[in-house]
Amino acid sequence: MWSKSNSHGRRIAAITVIGTAIVLPLVIFVLGPNMPPGKATQVARGQVTDNTVLLVVMTPFTVFILGYLGYAIWAFRAPKGETELRDGAPIRGHMPSQIAWLATTTVAVLFLAIFGTTELLANNGAGSGSGPNPVSKPSGQVLPVQVIGQQWEFTYRYPTYGGVETAQLVLPVGQEVAFHVTSLDAVHSFWAYELGVKADANPGVDNIAYVKPAKVGTFQIRCAELCGLWHGYMFDTGRIVSTSDFKTWIAGERTAFAGIMKYLPKYSTSYSPDPPYRAG
Amino acid sequence: MNVRRLIGFNLLTAVVLGVVGFYAGWWLGHQITGKSIAYFSDTNQNDIALFVAYLVGVIGFLVGLGFANYPVQRLLGKPPSLREKEQHGVRRYFGLCTDHKVVGIQYLLGIGAFIFVGGLNAMLIRFELMRPAHLVWNGNNYLTLVGVHGTMMMGMMTSGILGPFANYLVPLMIGSRRMAFPRIEALTFWLLMAAGTILMTTFAFGGFPTGWTGYAPLSEQANLGIDAYIAFFALVGVSMMLLGLNMLATVITMRAPGMTWGRLPIFVWATVSTSVLMLLAAPVLISTLLMLALDRTAQTGFFNDQTGGSSYLYENLFWFFGHPEVYILAIPGMGILLEILPVFSRKPLWGYRLAVTGMLGIAILSFLVWQHHLFMSGINADLRPFYMLSTEIISLPTGFIFICALGTLWKGRIRATVPMLFCLAWLFNFLIGGLTGVFLSDVPSDVTTHGSFFSMAHFHYTIMGGLLFAFFAGIYYWVPKMTGYNFNERLGKVHFWIMFLAFNSTFGPLLVIGFLGMPRRVVTYAGYLQGANDWVSVSAFVLGGSMLIFLANIIWSQVFARVPTGMNPWGSKSIEWQLPSPVPVHNFDRIPTFGSDPYPYGDNAGSNLAQRPIVAPARPTP
Repeated sequence: MWSKSNSHGRRIAAITVIGTAIVLPLVIFVLGPNMPPGKATQVARGQVTDNTVLLVVMTPFTVFILGYLGYAIWAFRAPKGETELRDGAPIRGHMPSQIAWLATTTVAVLFLAIFGTTELLANNGAGSGSGPNPVSKPSGQVLPVQVIGQQWEFTYRYPTYGGVETAQLVLPVGQEVAFHVTSLDAVHSFWAYELGVKADANPGVDNIAYVKPAKVGTFQIRCAELCGLWHGYMFDTGRIVSTSDFKTWIAGERTAFAGIMKYLPKYSTSYSPDPPYRAG
Repeated sequence: MNVRRLIGFNLLTAVVLGVVGFYAGWWLGHQITGKSIAYFSDTNQNDIALFVAYLVGVIGFLVGLGFANYPVQRLLGKPPSLREKEQHGVRRYFGLCTDHKVVGIQYLLGIGAFIFVGGLNAMLIRFELMRPAHLVWNGNNYLTLVGVHGTMMMGMMTSGILGPFANYLVPLMIGSRRMAFPRIEALTFWLLMAAGTILMTTFAFGGFPTGWTGYAPLSEQANLGIDAYIAFFALVGVSMMLLGLNMLATVITMRAPGMTWGRLPIFVWATVSTSVLMLLAAPVLISTLLMLALDRTAQTGFFNDQTGGSSYLYENLFWFFGHPEVYILAIPGMGILLEILPVFSRKPLWGYRLAVTGMLGIAILSFLVWQHHLFMSGINADLRPFYMLSTEIISLPTGFIFICALGTLWKGRIRATVPMLFCLAWLFNFLIGGLTGVFLSDVPSDVTTHGSFFSMAHFHYTIMGGLLFAFFAGIYYWVPKMTGYNFNERLGKVHFWIMFLAFNSTFGPLLVIGFLGMPRRVVTYAGYLQGANDWVSVSAFVLGGSMLIFLANIIWSQVFARVPTGMNPWGSKSIEWQLPSPVPVHNFDRIPTFGSDPYPYGDNAGSNLAQRPIVAPARPTP
């Protein structure tokens, strides 16, 4: 399609360039900032940037393929009412354009892989479940919060506050948090949408994800891995509060659950309850 | 009707023996294990009895069809009956028949029926999702619908194109009178029908809650209904493995003179690539499900943390099969696309070698990407950059398919026939499917999209938008050759436009809904998503309705209108269109000799055959 004296090729090139020039600013300035999961945390902010970069890389390819397709269907259509079958030119390939396509897509793919790896090793992958020994750990003091998936709710233990187990997730603002996600039965997935956190809860596994809440507010928690009968009802709302409010809240929880605490197993990175009984 | 004709090895006997075998196996299983099993379970459920029942039932079904006749007679030293070759008329479609054309049509009807059931499940799922809270189905019924929809589609559509079209066309395209193993060919089809029936029995045993992935340990807690899932998928695995083996053996050994590897139609290359995947991936599925069945019956504990196993083991094994599986679904669609585009562009296939490289490249790479399904699971977190790279590299061979398709359109003389419209729609849908896949391959982006409606919409764009659109392209293109009667083109175009628009109107918004935070397989969702979900549900009903137009078209054109197709209505230069419609029982009067690939458009050649004619004209079909 880049062969000489070829007005079709020039038109498609023009469609691609002009189309990209129109769409790209829209992608960067209109669509990009509205990409999920929002700006509640540094991690989420980084994911918005990543999503925008992916869109930017895709844009020229999308414009080219759709532009080409539309142009080809219009320009190369058989004349209406042509009954006799007439063949097109016997073109069986065009090495320069094949090489150009291979080179362009290879560059784009390698860029995506390198970019993704860099972002993963920087902070942006921290919200994903990174196993018991994450490669990149945040510096400074970290608040550990254990998320226990069970059929069909999440409960939360705060080991630095006497291992108290609560039914609500409350986090102090501006404090780096390490979620230790585990399960008592089936595989669940802890998805805190606005925080940009998703980590599978596997029985017997300590799956760690880091996040640093940036502003006071609420966030949605849902189970993102099919875990049985009431999977669809396994949702919750978490809260991000100021440090002093958090201190008050956790002190209240410790008093409220003091009677129950002695029946709980000691805090551990994972738990091994009795084998499950059959249930829906 | 003569009642005596009903007695013998036929479908009726098979169903009777299948049901008898099921109950005999049920009784036998209880004899082996006693009335109830106390361990692991507080219920009276006997998994061993159910597995034995399924096994004996399937064996009874196959014996009833006559699959045992040949080996038994050989064992007894008697000359084997070749009765299954000699059937004529409509009867041969309802029993064991080793004619590859009959098996192809059987596949089309059988798989079509089960896909219709899977589609109905999707309608029921979308009906429930019209309200954020409970509407009609309780949690268990909803999850069973989701599970049966997913399992039926993923299981049946593995052979959705290879079953009907490759069985029918590959021998014709390579100039052979039959497949390498005709009895195995028939076996793959009847195994699939037995499997589909078994999956439907899950409703009688309480359904299953795991979706099509069957993640342990949830599948180990589940009630008896999950045994239907396990038996179904294992049988599909056996069928897939045998189909792949048969296809490879056929293409390698049975090509006619002149049909060199460089002249194989691109659809045959797609079949070869898919068959390699089937042959290598299906055994992993079968053994995984065997381990799951042992966990449920013999208490082995492969996948249970409390007994020393690991849920990661199941996830790894399942996706080691599961990712090749999605390319088993995708590559045949690419084959149909690149086979049909040259015909209606009147151009040779652009970049034949690039397309072949693309398909084989996808096939090889697809074994190296499976852990992108486990990006959030915490396993091998340090290996994620590798799986990110391998997943993104697989878009290179997929890009080859695109550039070959676009190049084929270049300076062609494009005719917008119904099959061509489906192919062009394939390009649009698969483009969206591929681009949305990039978000899932990138770990930071995957945090939001993993396990959400976004990933669900993504794979529907690739599988439904790719495979099913190609499937319909194949039906509108080749079924006139199989039956000898044309489709009604106007109804076909109405079907296409409604299906294409409704498809995008269904799954486009689902991408956004996923981005907004709705997980998959949930029966409830956030209230502010109701408007979008209602839109999607209505679109889905229209999408389902478009299938009724298709059914009407089949019934009208193939039963009532019956406009004869003639030998070559599309002006194709491929060999199957140089034969009468329908193709005679023995395909060719003499084995053809090939002079080129099947795309000699613009070369003044009538077809890819070196000599003509290969079939005497006006030969009556028996």
